[in-house]
Amino acid sequence: MAIPISYNLRSAVARWPAALVSVLGIAGTVGVFVAMLSMARGFQSTLIASGSEGNAMILRAGADAEMVSAIALEEVRIIGDAPEVMRDGRGAPLVSPEVVVVAAFQLRSSGTDANVQVRGVSPSALEVRPSVRVTEGRFFRPGLAELVVGRNAAAIYRGVGLGATIDFGGQAWRVVGIMEAGGSAFDSELWCDAAVLNQVFDRPENIFQSVTARLVSKDRFSEFKDRLTADPRLTVQVERETAYYAKQSRVVTTLIRVLGFLVAAVMAVGAVFGALNTMYSAVAARSREIATMRALGFSRGSVVLSFVVESLLIAGVGGALGCVAVLPLNGFTTGTINWQTFSHLAFAFRVTPGLMLAGLTFALLMGFVGGVFPALRAARMSVARALREL
Amino acid sequence: MVSVDGTDIPGSLIRVRHLNKQYRRGSETIDVLQGLNLDVGAGEFVAFMGPSGSGKTTLLNLLGGLDVPTSGSVTVDGDEITSMSARRLSSWRARHVGFIFQMYNLIPVLTAAQNVELPLLLTRLGAARRRQQVATALALVGLSDRAKHYPRQLSGGQEQRVAIARAIVADPTFLLCDEPTGDLDRKSGDEILDLLSALSRDHGKTVLIVTHDPRAAERADVVLHLDKGVLVHDPATEPVA
Repeated sequence: MAIPISYNLRSAVARWPAALVSVLGIAGTVGVFVAMLSMARGFQSTLIASGSEGNAMILRAGADAEMVSAIALEEVRIIGDAPEVMRDGRGAPLVSPEVVVVAAFQLRSSGTDANVQVRGVSPSALEVRPSVRVTEGRFFRPGLAELVVGRNAAAIYRGVGLGATIDFGGQAWRVVGIMEAGGSAFDSELWCDAAVLNQVFDRPENIFQSVTARLVSKDRFSEFKDRLTADPRLTVQVERETAYYAKQSRVVTTLIRVLGFLVAAVMAVGAVFGALNTMYSAVAARSREIATMRALGFSRGSVVLSFVVESLLIAGVGGALGCVAVLPLNGFTTGTINWQTFSHLAFAFRVTPGLMLAGLTFALLMGFVGGVFPALRAARMSVARALREL
Repeated sequence: MVSVDGTDIPGSLIRVRHLNKQYRRGSETIDVLQGLNLDVGAGEFVAFMGPSGSGKTTLLNLLGGLDVPTSGSVTVDGDEITSMSARRLSSWRARHVGFIFQMYNLIPVLTAAQNVELPLLLTRLGAARRRQQVATALALVGLSDRAKHYPRQLSGGQEQRVAIARAIVADPTFLLCDEPTGDLDRKSGDEILDLLSALSRDHGKTVLIVTHDPRAAERADVVLHLDKGVLVHDPATEPVA
């Protein structure tokens, strides 16, 4: 039978200053680890939330982002004619040919400029993307220099509130509405009429950068894709909208994750040394107790298990503390440059149960590494010699 | 019956033959035990005496399977413990040996009852049965009312009585006591010796005690002296029955 766990619990409590150092070291490491991952998760979720399973995103073949894509009006019509595309009450296809430009706006927080993605959409954009809705004011009127501003953009940038007039691209734009897009990337965008945007930025009138099509069913995607890619009149690539935005998030998400792992790894080395120190000093201070246990008949394996469990207990408390400490970050909104669009994207930290479990696992791993070597030392010590120690 | 000359005593509980133990200190080799022989019958109360450094504790550790000899054998109740693996030796100790140390060696973060229960955790007894045996052992040493006390809340004599309860709770084959009264005042020491005598006399326990204290040795049936690495039996030093 193993040495009772109450022995380890009480021993750790009895030596609380040393245990506390380990707990705090591990808590800090887990806190940073979970915070970085929750940032990556938040960024990824924001972009993925921008897509809908029932929507298809069409770009020029070979383009990896809207910025480098071009689709002509004739192609938009061919796309709209596909039977897999949903139609509105008047029988018009639910497709939104779109253009994007990047404009600089002043951040409220720092007063410095940051790039904002301005998206020119079709008047049917809200029907194509039902998750986006206007919560204040109204949607833009076709042909007018009017903007609908995403909720996050309105909060982050100076002078883009409802009713404001903004100058960019040599044109005065009036903010006529605030839109809510369920925490997706569209919350950080400004939407206007695609034709007006093309005109203001001196772009060819009938060229767009992407087309988003709402399908009659998400199960018809493959059929739709095959139809468009096989059509000799089109040179396009077709993706599910969710897949497109997931791909868009990959660079930044990977960067944040790699950075997070690096920082956490460096901190983990310190935390493991802290745990090692705590456990080695625990073994040294309790050598006579360990020898007594061994004399009573507890095996070496029991001693190893006992000290590893003690280290895991300390690490578990540290891990839980680290997770709890970062919980207030959940939902906290921040922003970064999306390197695919070169524009600022607001997103919220997402501290999920899965990430907290990962943090706890990471803490237990540190506890195991920090506990196993002192535990082996404890098991290997000479019982006869340790019994003589005062 | 006790013998130290290597003569086999039929049915002896403990049989030690040609026991040697050397220690190395730097380049120097120290012979602590040199061809020691010992036979102890069941139920004997034996005291080992000798000057500091004569190897008394080393002998006790070898008898209890806490140390391994350089050569020779120790057989207890038919089991030759000197050839056992560390793993087997642990389980053998749990079944056969009750240790009583000079400094009591109680676990400070466990209560008296939890300390006494420790050897029982290595048995197959259920929790209820363990509690019952702990209560019996604590009653036997007169500490039923101290079961929930921590070692720091007990006097030295009480701590040693808890240690005795821990040593006997699993009903081991024999008790090994290393200076059990060495850290106690005279009154407490006498109480501990009374207990050990009673365990031998009334319960038939085999008790081996290492001591400097002639008063402790007086309680034993047989007193053996360690001299130059071997045991010497001097009946003249033994108490008159």
